[in-house]
Amino acid sequence: MTALDTSKRAQVLDDIDRALVNALQDDLPLNHRPFAPLAESLGISEDALLTRVQALRDSGVLTRFGPFFDAAAMGGAFCLCAIAVPPEDFETVMTQVNAHPEVAHNYERTHRLNMWFVLATETVDGIAEAAARIEQETGLAVLQFPKLQEFYIGFRVAA
Amino acid sequence: MTLDATDRAIIEALQAGLPLVAAPYAQVADGLGLAEAELTARLQVMKDDGVIRRIAAAPNHYKLGMTANGMTVWDVEDAALATLGPKVGALPFVTHSYERPRALPDWPYNMFAMVHGSSRDEVEEKRAEIKAILGDALRGCDILYSTRILKKTGLRLRKKG
Repeated sequence: MTALDTSKRAQVLDDIDRALVNALQDDLPLNHRPFAPLAESLGISEDALLTRVQALRDSGVLTRFGPFFDAAAMGGAFCLCAIAVPPEDFETVMTQVNAHPEVAHNYERTHRLNMWFVLATETVDGIAEAAARIEQETGLAVLQFPKLQEFYIGFRVAA
Repeated sequence: MTLDATDRAIIEALQAGLPLVAAPYAQVADGLGLAEAELTARLQVMKDDGVIRRIAAAPNHYKLGMTANGMTVWDVEDAALATLGPKVGALPFVTHSYERPRALPDWPYNMFAMVHGSSRDEVEEKRAEIKAILGDALRGCDILYSTRILKKTGLRLRKKG
């Protein structure tokens, strides 16, 4: 890869860290010592590997390490939603929206629809209920964009 | 699948993530009063049933230098979407791609594709590749860059009875 954007937020990672970030995006095996094969392939000890993963977590390069649960498979649902928030009310609305435990992620984006969040609920009806509560609190329309079809989810990001 | 009380306790214990120790499943099982083999067997069932998509790391794109994060949105002729959607989804730089309903008149777009890059120029180049694939079936498009992460948590499961 050519020179990365030298953003202040970008972290300096060595080759082993990069290999780890790439490899840890694959599924971890369900056995007693799941990190051992990866440590061996990188030529480091399990302890050294775990110390590096912890450091990547602490610095925020990895936001999470663990199972990715699918709410839909548990009888629940996910839905992408958007609100056109008047810029002067943005911080207030953000606080109101983020306070809902059903809001899994929330991003500010460059559009009249400037707040985009994902609702994750344990029941299919929970989406409409959570959206209605947010509409009531904020006085703003919550547009719902449930996925109709998944074309592919690659997920992986090359470090 | 139907989750029993033990499954729910496992999900709750793992929502924050897996402990970063050499034998993480043994440690989690211990905390729940389960044998490691029972825990891993239950996790295997959850994986087989799709409740767990995978056990893996979630990287922060920004910290990896992927500071430009564009949600590209497309108004594609309905009849062409079934053929063209998978072609867009197969592009190596597209991390998620979905068909979603339009919300007319505000929102004419029916396909979303997330594109990450180290600069907006790079994202725009990738977006041009998508445009080329969609060709005559494309009726309109836009790109929404993320300017701030306002919240990011894993799935939170409330306690039940």
